[in-house]
Amino acid sequence: MIGYTEKIRKRARELLAEGKVDAFVGYRLGSVPLMNQPVMIKRPEDTEQLVWDSNCCLNLANYLTKRQERIGIVANGCNSRNIVIHITENQIKREQLYILGIPCEGTLDHRAILRAMGEKELISYAEQGDSFTVKANGLEKTFKKTDFLRTNCKTCQHKNPVIYDELLGELVPENTNVDPYSDVRAIENQSSEKKWEFFRNLISKCLRCYACRNACPLCYCPTCFVDESKPQWVGKSIDPTDTMTFHILRAFHCAGRCTDCGACERVCPVAIPMRQFTKKLNKDAKELFNWEPGLSLDQRPLFDFYKPEDYNDFVY
Amino acid sequence: MSTPKIFKKEEWLSVVNGLRNKYKVFVPVKDGDIHLFKELKDGTKPDFAYSNTRLSPKGIVYPQSERMFECPLEEGKEGAFILKESPKEFVPQVVLGIRPCDAHGFLIVKRNFDNPQYQDPWWVQRYQATTFIGLGCNDPCPTCFCNAVGEGPFGEQGLDIIMYDVSDSYVLKPVTDKGKELLSGLGGRDANAEEIKAIEEIKASATSKMASPFSIEPLRSKTQLDLFNAPYWEDVAFACINCGTCTYLCPTCWCFDIQDETYKKYCDRIRNWDSCMFPLFTLHGSGHNPRDKKFQRVRQRFMHKLKYYVDKYGDGVQCSGCGRCVRYCPVNIDIRHVCKLMCM
Repeated sequence: MIGYTEKIRKRARELLAEGKVDAFVGYRLGSVPLMNQPVMIKRPEDTEQLVWDSNCCLNLANYLTKRQERIGIVANGCNSRNIVIHITENQIKREQLYILGIPCEGTLDHRAILRAMGEKELISYAEQGDSFTVKANGLEKTFKKTDFLRTNCKTCQHKNPVIYDELLGELVPENTNVDPYSDVRAIENQSSEKKWEFFRNLISKCLRCYACRNACPLCYCPTCFVDESKPQWVGKSIDPTDTMTFHILRAFHCAGRCTDCGACERVCPVAIPMRQFTKKLNKDAKELFNWEPGLSLDQRPLFDFYKPEDYNDFVY
Repeated sequence: MSTPKIFKKEEWLSVVNGLRNKYKVFVPVKDGDIHLFKELKDGTKPDFAYSNTRLSPKGIVYPQSERMFECPLEEGKEGAFILKESPKEFVPQVVLGIRPCDAHGFLIVKRNFDNPQYQDPWWVQRYQATTFIGLGCNDPCPTCFCNAVGEGPFGEQGLDIIMYDVSDSYVLKPVTDKGKELLSGLGGRDANAEEIKAIEEIKASATSKMASPFSIEPLRSKTQLDLFNAPYWEDVAFACINCGTCTYLCPTCWCFDIQDETYKKYCDRIRNWDSCMFPLFTLHGSGHNPRDKKFQRVRQRFMHKLKYYVDKYGDGVQCSGCGRCVRYCPVNIDIRHVCKLMCM
């Protein structure tokens, strides 16, 4: 995947120099291994900062909301699906964007890597084809990428971008025989009490820092319900009732819209497996409405139109 | 100063448990992928081979949510509608295994909660009831920079006792009278000259392992407005998602918000940690928000830590170099990098 870096730099430089875009949104290397940083480049000479590797985990659609410029952007499967959602939900216009499509072979689970390194802080990361090498003080290990993919990447069925102006590489084969929902089924089969306990445990470390919400491209409300002060809907302390209210409502606001990009889970400072809040809703959207969000500009969002054949068993 | 005491690691856990007779004891514990300070109870497994806890231990003295006052909201009930201080406990407690950066962090926070002008009664009482036993860092993390902000991996500021991890033993050296008193009741044997030499070597080796510190000196002579209006803030802030990770994990961020909450016929006045990253932090009653843009909030965090604090107190920066914000910022906004920009 590292081969994309040069192509991205070249095309971004050309697009900026030719005046086709005013700015280019991509990733640059962070100061800490595995922590790439979203960046907006405005001058052709700054495009050398751009990179693509297996640590491009934040969703760039999050940086497009209500922007006025013409923007070039790199998009793998999940970035592109959230760009589609942003366009269909009127957060940006298609004609403002020039999309460099990247067929994606999955991104890495930084927590799993640190675990495998005995929680030692890393000093370097380098990737070579299907493997990568990480170093910490007095420790160097090479791993296979496929053993360290993020769990959403392992079962991803949309690695290829769904929308682009040009493609920077060959399309990759999509996973066909994967089961993304075995974990959800395990919870579905439990009693109500057990389910409640499961979610109570999930939030037990939550700090209410809102990294999950803020990393999510779907959360673009000018004022989130938890930040409303006139009237105030939710308490600000870490009382579990308020924390749970935040998480459950956030998840429901994402129903039928979540692409399972995993940005929420990636950014949580206390390592809450955030996708557990949204996956059941994704599964329902798929099973009850045969719906996967962000696949086409020609489809209105799930809760935005009615079809007579829609699932309605819940109506009495 | 009394002689350092030495304890074998195999006896250490029982020594630590012995402290529970007199103190509430907080120790680093592994919880899933992260370490947190937790109260030592029967069955708690402290892990002193940790690098640092995900959250700083500031919450032990300054809880994330604290009930300050309360009152009934029922007409005719005694004390109705009159807030009274909530009952609080200030039992003697020990924070065991705190890293020197975090102990230094308490001294920085102290400036806000305990100064000649204002004394926060709850912070002060809880702080005074606390004894800090630090664990020096044999292997400082690559993102640590305590040496750039007036500390070191075996710095003693804010500690009552400092602990050295020396192969199969811990050597405990008292720093304050409070520490001396606690240590005298712990047992162990006096460290001999050779063992004292060993701890000096560990200290020197750890210090030499750290990257050479960047200078914070130029911050003082910079003009506030020049920094405020500097051209780099938009680029620094672009990736920021305005979450509270940096401020909530930070040992030196002290800002709070006070909220009244009611439940049925009862009211609590609660103090919660707040974060300058949140738009609500500065939202006025009028609806005006002086920091309604993301880059303004990012700028505020760095200006407070690296300039306003520097100018107000004349004693370094509001940062103890623990490196948490560097390691855990979801978008890698690195305070070391920003400090260098501000010093240019």
